[in-house]
Amino acid sequence: MNIHEYQAKQLFEKFGVAVPKGVAVSSVGEFDAAIAQLNTAGGIMVKSQIHAGGRGKGTFTDGFKGGVKFSPTKEKAIANAQAMLGNTLVTAQTGEAGRKVQTIYFTEAANLGKRPDGRDDEYYLAILLDRATSKPVIVASTEGGMEIEHVAHANPEKIFKVHVDPAVGLQAFQARQIAFSLGFTGELFKQCVTLVTKLYQFYWEKDCAMVEVNPLLVTAEGKLLALDAKVSFDDNALFRHPDVVALRDLNEEDPKEIEASKFGLSYIALDGNIACLVNGAGLAMSTMDIIQHFGGSPANFLDVGGGATKDQVTAAFKIILGDANVKGIMVNIFGGIMDCNVIATGIVEAVKETGLKLPLVVRLEGNNVEAGKATLAASGLTIVSGDTMADAAQKIVKLVNNK
Amino acid sequence: MSILVHEKSRILVQGITGDFGARHARLSIDYGSQVVAGVTPGKGGQTFEHNGVKVPIFNTVADAAKQTGATVSAIFVPPPFAADAILECVEADLDLAVAITEGIPVRDMVRAKRAMQGKRTRLIGPNCPGLVTPGRGDKSHGGCRIGIAPGYIHKRGKVGVVSRSGTLTYEAVWQLTCKGHGQSTCVGIGGDPVNGTSHLDVIKLFNEDPETEAIIMIGEIGGNAEVEAARWIKANCKKPVAGFIAGATAPAGRRMGHAGAVIGGAEDTAEAKIKIFRECGISVAETPSDMADALLRVWRG
Repeated sequence: MNIHEYQAKQLFEKFGVAVPKGVAVSSVGEFDAAIAQLNTAGGIMVKSQIHAGGRGKGTFTDGFKGGVKFSPTKEKAIANAQAMLGNTLVTAQTGEAGRKVQTIYFTEAANLGKRPDGRDDEYYLAILLDRATSKPVIVASTEGGMEIEHVAHANPEKIFKVHVDPAVGLQAFQARQIAFSLGFTGELFKQCVTLVTKLYQFYWEKDCAMVEVNPLLVTAEGKLLALDAKVSFDDNALFRHPDVVALRDLNEEDPKEIEASKFGLSYIALDGNIACLVNGAGLAMSTMDIIQHFGGSPANFLDVGGGATKDQVTAAFKIILGDANVKGIMVNIFGGIMDCNVIATGIVEAVKETGLKLPLVVRLEGNNVEAGKATLAASGLTIVSGDTMADAAQKIVKLVNNK
Repeated sequence: MSILVHEKSRILVQGITGDFGARHARLSIDYGSQVVAGVTPGKGGQTFEHNGVKVPIFNTVADAAKQTGATVSAIFVPPPFAADAILECVEADLDLAVAITEGIPVRDMVRAKRAMQGKRTRLIGPNCPGLVTPGRGDKSHGGCRIGIAPGYIHKRGKVGVVSRSGTLTYEAVWQLTCKGHGQSTCVGIGGDPVNGTSHLDVIKLFNEDPETEAIIMIGEIGGNAEVEAARWIKANCKKPVAGFIAGATAPAGRRMGHAGAVIGGAEDTAEAKIKIFRECGISVAETPSDMADALLRVWRG
């Protein structure tokens, strides 16, 4: 689960991680009061709140440029915020459709410190799971304010990693290692040790999947601040964090995915035109792959799970048909233990209930498969049967492409 | 032989009184597996009965192991309590803990895996279908089935199968069985980012197992476990290997049902993994329908 920058920073503050002072609002009427709470002497940052990166370089669908704007005066800040709120921001990460900005975050603009070479004094800090070692890893770099993937590629020696032993947690010497590796001394060294320690505490206690601060900034006054904050949480651990669940913003999620989750279905929309309905995540992913392999384009990932019921199959069909791009459907079920005839009955009922007119290819395999195929054949519906995954994929691609 | 478990392996089921655990305990008993104990805290002394088989229930794993000689546990405990269930197996010194449970918090698994370091117990999973060593009876009856895989699709034979995904494993097994080729052991290692046993761990076991003559390795996007295994195979494995990677069409940064299947780095896309498979001499299945055939291109059976 992802949260907004302003929510992440509110959590940072609770854990003692220094951030610029800010106020988030979601209506024009609140702009004045929000800005009144800030010290605006150094200017105001106006930041669109969406769950996607690249906001600063993004463009709104009406042509307004920049989802994050420095505004020297209160008037300018309000004008910028008015241009952003309710507008749709397209960034490198949002896709063409973009995201509607429903919240604006005003923060005090930090007075950027400078390095001897004149660059802003920006760093990178992140905490996430290292799958190779099954341990949390803290990643730090002196090259902040840019994409870390770029740094990893061009200057791998400027990325530092510290693995945390989960048996004992982050040790003080490890926090010092990070601060030394970033080149801090004196007062900033102490601030860095504290910030890393608190950030790790937050990551661990709140079951985060990832915490990323980019940039971590040194101000001209010598203060270390988390200027941006990107936080995601482990969905499996949300049951023990009702405070985190309360931060969920359904506006940022695909309504079809939300609907699917109500029925215990795992659904992700894609750009193609052949929908698929599959049991099992691995099989669902490879069904998408095989559709593409034979020249088609998958419209979604949809895993109905190991014990799909008739209701789930019907719900899955409705969700699939809610996507106007869909021109055909491939059902791929390996009913190891579940009864293929139950699935077949569910498919027939779903087709009747939804009045499906699109080509439908069904590949059933496994337990009681003969009865399942007989049910499909006896339904009087035009359901094409596929013998193998390859056969089914070739058939649906042909049916859709020849239309 | 087989790997990890055999026909006589004595199995205990943690969570045997829950719907999920009970259902699969019954299926394992029907398959002819040796389900000798159940564990549900607070229900010790009761009995789980199915088709004339009486399975005693214990309060603790240690008791169950001591009283019945069980050495392997199948864990069907709900996610909030699953890491605890795994560690109880470690404390009882079992050979193997197989965690079927889906949805265990990553932090719990990070801690549990750390606590298992240097201990005797091996963990398979979590979020996995478990493992099957097929029997020699009709429809492979009499084998050792731990977890949720359908038993009847198997056939005893010479191919080892290792995969993160359940249904893709069944797909590969069924293709093999339909073509007349049996399996030594089929292991589902699970789709989570933190798991107990890796592709490489299982490949090493297959390489050492005299009964296993050939291997199918099924992977997914995300992480570098398949790449690690492929490089080891190139350097060390004496047996023919076929491979498949799911997720070529998955968009970057999205989690496709399996938490592990999120693309992050350079070597964890399907394209990169398939390229490395080829470089390592692994016969690549172009599609999931081609898994058995990909193996038969490099192994005569």
